[in-house]
Amino acid sequence: MKILYFAWLREKAGIAEEDVSPPETVTTVAELVEWMKSRGGGFAEAFADEGMVRVAVNQEHVRTDHPVAAGDEIAFFPPITGG
Amino acid sequence: MIRVQAEDFDVGRELEKLSDGNHGVGGVCSFVGLVRDIAGDKTIKAMTLEHYPEMTEPALAKIEAEAHDRWPLEETLIIHRYGRLEPGDRIVLVAAASAHREAAFEACHFLIDWLKTQAPFWKLEETPDGGQWVDARSSDGRAAERWLADKPQDKPQDKPQDKPKGKPGAAE
Repeated sequence: MKILYFAWLREKAGIAEEDVSPPETVTTVAELVEWMKSRGGGFAEAFADEGMVRVAVNQEHVRTDHPVAAGDEIAFFPPITGG
Repeated sequence: MIRVQAEDFDVGRELEKLSDGNHGVGGVCSFVGLVRDIAGDKTIKAMTLEHYPEMTEPALAKIEAEAHDRWPLEETLIIHRYGRLEPGDRIVLVAAASAHREAAFEACHFLIDWLKTQAPFWKLEETPDGGQWVDARSSDGRAAERWLADKPQDKPQDKPQDKPKGKPGAAE
């Protein structure tokens, strides 16, 4: 699956996008976040305060119980501040 | 109409185009968002707007469709800029054209409130202490939630295909 990072999540993760293949036990956004954190370094830092992380799966805002699968585009970003 | 662009826009020309040739429009209401030079007690030299290109236009289209679903509108416009902007620069223009002023005012207010919590943009401010990401304001969340509470109950919530309407665009 393709992962995108925006704003300070991108800065903390140290990359804007990457392709990842998490283990099969990762089936939801929440499980993906846990797996991300387990990778340590910038990823652990980016997801340290989960309350500040928003998620979109295939360009749609979703909650953390939303399913994820191979081929999905998953974006992580802080609360929106446009307008 | 939706445009996401780096370049500036001409407010007068854009508003004119909204009612051009459509004499059913009785009023156009607009909101222009500008870059301030101060945030809290900090001076802002500039800000950079980052966005999620693949998601921005679909998110704005959804917001626009929601406005048309709620009010009898002739036309709407959302222009949002990205990139580096300086104090006084225009960031966003939203406008709603309708036969009567009430729908135009309400739809315009809805568009900007909804955009602030739904469209994937993030602001990085250049302050004397360096770059700082703007925190989302809880007041923006409350402003958007107000429209959830105000949503007319006689309309279907999630299934536009269930609308008891003939053709799309048939005004109520």
